[in-house]
Amino acid sequence: MSNVLYWQALNEAMDAELAADETVFTVGEDVGLYGGTYRVTEGLLAKYGEWRVRDTPISENSFTGLGVGAALLGLRPVVEIMTINFALLAMDAIVNMAAKIPFMSGGQFPMPLTIRMPGGVARQLGAQHSQRLEAMLMGIPGLRMVVPATPQDAYWQLRQAIRSDDPIIVLEHELLYFRTGELDETAVAPPLHQARVSRPGRDLTCITYSRMVSLALETAEALAAEGIEMEVVDLRSLAPIDWKTCEQSVSRTHRCLIVEEDNECGGVGAEITATLQARSFFQLDAPIRRVAGLDLPTPFNGALEAQSIPQKKDVVQAAKELVTNATGGVS
Amino acid sequence: MDNTHMTGLLRDMLRARAFEEAAAQSYAQGEIVGFLHLYPGEEAVAVGVLHAAEPGDYIVSTYREHVHALVRGIPARAIMAELYGKKTGVSAGMGGSMHIFDRERRFLGGYAIVGETLPIALGAAYAVAYRRLPEAVLCFFGDGAVNQGTFHESLNMAALWRLPILFVCENNHYQIGTEIHRHSAITDVYKRACGYGIPAEQADGMDVLAVHAAARRLLDRVRGGDGPQFLELSTYRFRGHSMADPGTYRPQAEVKAHEAADPIAAAIHEISLSYPSRAELAASDRDSLKRFADHCCQGGHLDDAALKRLQAEVQAEIDDAVRHARESPAPTLDDAWDALLRNRRFETLLENLP
Repeated sequence: MSNVLYWQALNEAMDAELAADETVFTVGEDVGLYGGTYRVTEGLLAKYGEWRVRDTPISENSFTGLGVGAALLGLRPVVEIMTINFALLAMDAIVNMAAKIPFMSGGQFPMPLTIRMPGGVARQLGAQHSQRLEAMLMGIPGLRMVVPATPQDAYWQLRQAIRSDDPIIVLEHELLYFRTGELDETAVAPPLHQARVSRPGRDLTCITYSRMVSLALETAEALAAEGIEMEVVDLRSLAPIDWKTCEQSVSRTHRCLIVEEDNECGGVGAEITATLQARSFFQLDAPIRRVAGLDLPTPFNGALEAQSIPQKKDVVQAAKELVTNATGGVS
Repeated sequence: MDNTHMTGLLRDMLRARAFEEAAAQSYAQGEIVGFLHLYPGEEAVAVGVLHAAEPGDYIVSTYREHVHALVRGIPARAIMAELYGKKTGVSAGMGGSMHIFDRERRFLGGYAIVGETLPIALGAAYAVAYRRLPEAVLCFFGDGAVNQGTFHESLNMAALWRLPILFVCENNHYQIGTEIHRHSAITDVYKRACGYGIPAEQADGMDVLAVHAAARRLLDRVRGGDGPQFLELSTYRFRGHSMADPGTYRPQAEVKAHEAADPIAAAIHEISLSYPSRAELAASDRDSLKRFADHCCQGGHLDDAALKRLQAEVQAEIDDAVRHARESPAPTLDDAWDALLRNRRFETLLENLP
């Protein structure tokens, strides 16, 4: 058990899998000599050599496709895309190749491919570098996606993803890399896609993921001071979603609030709302609420940027309205 | 070149033509639906190149890949059943005409997005080099693919890391309906490879012996550690881009000229927008297959009786494949879920998965 930064946990996971399995290799921009933009591959080139830790040209579509091709021959590539914004250039490799080949081949070819990338709004990087595109990827049949919120999950979910024979996106977050948390390398990891109740509570359920988990936990703390107990469910995975954990929580609290950094329209929260209203309709005492990013390209100005994504006060307000039904069920 | 080898080339060209004609007929009868991209006219390319490949090599092909699959050794039955979308198809009916995969024969698929074969081949070759094996990856693509970003990205990386790839451009001069002069600033495709320091050659894609010789020479270099090589083969498709394309953008005179020049396809009396029937092809004494057969006979490799036997055998094989495809069962939705989930067998997953 140690206290590590999120990037260090990922770095340890990469190191552990590279050491354990010689079919594992990683490619991406600046993963080698530079050590990774967010230090995730630091020290690995020296340890494993250039065939296993490969710096690539800035050619996202083709080096992601390289991962697909190598996976067809039984290697376990870990493709690092510097940020999710650049994954748009690799959508053909991700969506048309990785997600479809195992199926289109009638199951002949496994696809042991892991794609790592950070998403999210960081600090004033502008609209092209501040996107949360997970809603775009979570609905692609054949793809799986995990969204670790803590160093512990980052470590284990990355290791599990590398060991899986399906294509899995490990979506990290630019503002989580330098957060600290406990890491227990000897723990028994929960199933890759299982959600976790990060904080129990009786009055409402807050379903969230990635960086918003810590926001939800802070909010829960504040609400507790006012006598409102908010349960926080960390989804940990967006494809598939662990509906059972969500349903069980809602059946205890009867109220559901979804907090997502991604923008609201067509977002993760929309999918959760639609599914939970069908699965838990008779457990709900109020309509499901969403607190989400604005449907706005991320502004550069720092104050506006902050306003465009959920803040603690937004979650507090939504939670209070939900428990008191102050909005009469329509918001 | 010995008898067996010459006959082998001829047999595969005959099989290629007969297979595609049968597919066209099944399409016309409504038994095959969807997109169907046929190969007649280009047979010398697939046959010449793939006869130079070893069983340990990997093949990456496009959406016009039935013939690559057939020449690679995938049974005609399994390919035809895939075109029919049947459970017995090589991709279990989940892929279709454009997505033929065969793990056993190292056939890494047909890809229906133009330019996708290049990064797939790049990754396969990376894996071969990673394991230090003496295998080659054969990457097929058309002249339309050379303007995709993946072409340039992949050639760059292949050259940078000296990966064992033979890039094979099937230049049929048309990206669907746009002629190469109207889609590429440089119409000699091989010259683009020179920009990445990749040795590149042009060969006559209508001459199976020339294709075979060039492919063998370049594959020797690939396997010998000389890094990627590039082969541009000039060819011509006689049909439209797909069965949905009448090909009206091409002057009949042009089609006719290619027909006449083609060593295997001068079979057509009158070039019309509909493809000639098998009967018409068989009746024609201008059939390029007959011309290649004549070449074999004149060289003392074959006689008329042997040729007739060969044709009969090929036709029987293809007829059997169609019959098999027609009679095979359709896959079920359970089969579809199985294809998607089969590789998850070692994992603990959640209850909500189908």
